Amino acid sequence: MNFDFSDDQKQLRDQARKFLAEKCPPKAVRAVLEGKAAYDRELWKGLAEMGFLGVAIPEGYGGAGAGHLELCVIAEEMGRALAPVPFSSTVYLAAEALLLAGSDGQKKQWLPKIAAGEAIGTLALFEGKGNPSPQGVKLAASGGMLNGVKKPVPDGAIADFAIVAARTGSSGRETDVSLFLVDMKGGGVEAKVLTNLDPSREQAELTFRNCKAEPLGPASEGWSILTRVLDRAAVLTAFEQVGGADRALEMGRDYALDRIAFGRPIGSFQAVKHMLADMYVAATLARSNCYYGAWALSTNASELPEAAAAARISATQAFHHCAKNNIQVHGGMGFTWEFDCHLYYRRAGALALSLGSQSYWEDALIDCMRKKNAA
Amino acid sequence: MNFDDTPQEAAFREQARAWIAANAPKQYEEELRKASLGRTQLKGANVLDVAKAWQKKKADSGWACLHWPKEYGGRGASPIERVIWQQEEGAFGKLSAMFIIGHGMCGPTMMAFAAEDQKRKYLPPLASGEKIWCQLFSEPAGGSDVAGLRTRAERQGDDWIVNGQKIWTSGAHYSDYGILLTRTDPTVPKHKGLTMFFLDMKSKGVEIKPIKQANGQSEFNEVYFTDVKIPDSQRLGAVNDGWNVALTTLMNERMSIGAGVATGFPELFEFCSGLMLDDGPALDDRNVRARLANWAVKASGLKHTSFRAISALSRGERPGPENSIGKLVAGSMIQEIAMYALDLEGAAGVLSGPEAELAGKFQAMLLRAPGTRVEGGTDEIMRNIIAERVLGLPGDVRVDKDVPFNQVPTKGRA
Ligand SMILES: Cc1cc2nc3c(=O)[nH]c(=O)nc-3n(C[C@H](O)[C@H](O)[C@H](O)COP(=O)(O)OP(=O)(O)OC[C@H]3O[C@@H](n4cnc5c(N)ncnc54)[C@H](O)[C@@H]3O)c2cc1C
Ligand SMILES: Cc1cc2nc3c(=O)[nH]c(=O)nc-3n(C[C@H](O)[C@H](O)[C@H](O)COP(=O)(O)OP(=O)(O)OC[C@H]3O[C@@H](n4cnc5c(N)ncnc54)[C@H](O)[C@@H]3O)c2cc1C
Repeated sequence: MNFDFSDDQKQLRDQARKFLAEKCPPKAVRAVLEGKAAYDRELWKGLAEMGFLGVAIPEGYGGAGAGHLELCVIAEEMGRALAPVPFSSTVYLAAEALLLAGSDGQKKQWLPKIAAGEAIGTLALFEGKGNPSPQGVKLAASGGMLNGVKKPVPDGAIADFAIVAARTGSSGRETDVSLFLVDMKGGGVEAKVLTNLDPSREQAELTFRNCKAEPLGPASEGWSILTRVLDRAAVLTAFEQVGGADRALEMGRDYALDRIAFGRPIGSFQAVKHMLADMYVAATLARSNCYYGAWALSTNASELPEAAAAARISATQAFHHCAKNNIQVHGGMGFTWEFDCHLYYRRAGALALSLGSQSYWEDALIDCMRKKNAA
Repeated sequence: MNFDDTPQEAAFREQARAWIAANAPKQYEEELRKASLGRTQLKGANVLDVAKAWQKKKADSGWACLHWPKEYGGRGASPIERVIWQQEEGAFGKLSAMFIIGHGMCGPTMMAFAAEDQKRKYLPPLASGEKIWCQLFSEPAGGSDVAGLRTRAERQGDDWIVNGQKIWTSGAHYSDYGILLTRTDPTVPKHKGLTMFFLDMKSKGVEIKPIKQANGQSEFNEVYFTDVKIPDSQRLGAVNDGWNVALTTLMNERMSIGAGVATGFPELFEFCSGLMLDDGPALDDRNVRARLANWAVKASGLKHTSFRAISALSRGERPGPENSIGKLVAGSMIQEIAMYALDLEGAAGVLSGPEAELAGKFQAMLLRAPGTRVEGGTDEIMRNIIAERVLGLPGDVRVDKDVPFNQVPTKGRA
């Protein structure tokens, strides 16, 4: 058994951490948060140059062809640094969907551009309230044209292309859903930026009016592709969440060592120590679940749906737990705009609600366990 | 990132599996598999007898205390082989509960501090389960604060004379030997005046009184010492250096207790899988699903945390204080889970006898679970360990650290 990343992968992590510490200080996150830009273009370019955007894209399509364990390592660092770039929408969602279901032509058209930092992609799935479900897909496709509204769409207003879930049948079943690829520059789609919990990553409303679209993957198999994309993205997002949780814990620990109250470092008060110990426990359990998810993702194991749900649930819990208590450790300072605590708290909230909320993943996990138990 | 054995490990696993298949007491497997915390009973057999027989059989074929050196009754196996064995032993491993303290704590302490001839004499029968050992540390005045203990040992020629009382000593009533922490100098600060011994539990002056526990069972005891004579040759470590010896024991305790603590989750999931609520199967209920999912990810988090520890072991690293999280998480989880299972049983959950659901399995679990959060260090002590040893936060303020022990206050509200 070797339930750990390899030395090469750890080296990649160090490299990514160093790069992000330099190119993505909190100041850069704030610039996007405060609306000075939609995303950090310099950072995006830098990530492409480092080969991080295409790390799991095969060499034949312009990527580094390293693999998904490497992508997990990078995802964790993106989460630690709160990187204000469309990484998750482009790399976990759009690129994964293309890799799973795209035609050779579609892959050739978009994957090299993703790896080079020349194209931003996203997945347009949600239509307002609710969790992922075939019934929730109302946007209609007919004759290669899409009509309807999607929101929230991560990075929807800056995306060059979108993968869109659309209704192509009326049987009331999963087979009603098909996927389409839309070139956002091709007209027929209007984007509006929406106010969201974490403006360091944008959310948009996309309105499709007779928008030309090409099918992605076989018709009627949209839903099964989508669930696979969501499982894969869940593992990667969970790594981002664990990275964020770890950093929030670190911030809290550092503050607790420096801040003196009642003549002692606050980290010497047991109530604070125990709060930090519980943060460590939450982050550790989540990390271990993530490693299992990474294994399942990288080997395409049949356990992936269960592993992804477990990683997703515990990482969501851990990030929220660490981010909220990091503010608590910081006392009144933690509640100021000026301190970085709220950046992590916001990101924790936003990531918790992406890809379907906790209850969606709880259901997914129990369904998997039930099936396994019945087998 | 993989779960695969190396070829060597695979060969070892194969060998272990074959031996277990041929030798384990299969007739008890089902009962052992279903046994939950606070309820290991075997129909028509005494658990202790079955456990001793299984342990002896293992020892005779070289499968007992695998990681101990051969000359002390072990096999000289690697830590990873020990883990593979535990995985293969499965439910039969539950029979080892009686030996945990001896194998996990007393044995390693003897190995580190006893004389060579003593190790060769005492360790093999400990490994084979023929002799059972207990750990005599806690006292009414010294539980979390072990160094606050008051049992006195006074030198008399080549012997020591021991007077005092221990409490919560698991298994003392069926133990043959024990390791005993005593105070040998009350005029110095508490950590500096302790000395460790091992002794024959049948020694004159040792009186053992089983304590009835909150759950009605009696796993632990009070042990009284009245002028008990222990030869100086049975001292472990230097006079007044007992704290260091005790730390060796406690570190080993963490390693043997930390892994594989019962969470109650598999039992709860199995229960819910077959349960019908008023409006349909429990597993269709949103509330039930949410609760289960939350515990499921804790249970899998612990399992995979232990895999990470095993990976570290196989690289030759030693598990550190981060392994304190197993007991900390599992302890309160099993308490909550037991209560939730009873909640699902509804009004009948209050019954705990033979008429109870599953013959009272979750009721037994509920009543035994509080002990898990206390034995081997309380939740609070575990959190202190994580905060101080892992996160590097300052140690607690200790007002008695530099005070001679006999001047430390002994009452709370004066
Ligand atoms: C919304 C808001 C409104 C406020 N309004 C006012 C106002 O109108 N007037 C005013 O004067 N102040 C106001 N405050 C300040 C507020 O009273 C302080 O923030 C609060 O007392 C905590 O002090 P601190 O921020 O210095 O945190 P610290 O004292 O530095 O605490 C940091 C962390 O250490 C913990 N800690 C500190 N000491 C101990 C201890 N002995 N044991 C255990 N844990 C400990 C704290 O609980 C916290 O988690 C306001 C604060 C907020 C957030
Ligand atoms: C089932 C069982 C089996 C046991 N078996 C053995 C055995 O075989 N041998 C043996 O020697 N002992 C044994 N023990 C004793 C066990 O080690 C002690 O009970 C345990 O260490 C706690 O000590 P205490 O009971 O004196 O509680 P106390 O130390 O009095 O603690 C009372 C409460 O105060 C809290 N507390 C104490 N100190 C601190 C602190 N510094 N910071 C924060 N909170 C604190 C505790 O967490 C607890 O909540 C056993 C106990 C149980 C329940």
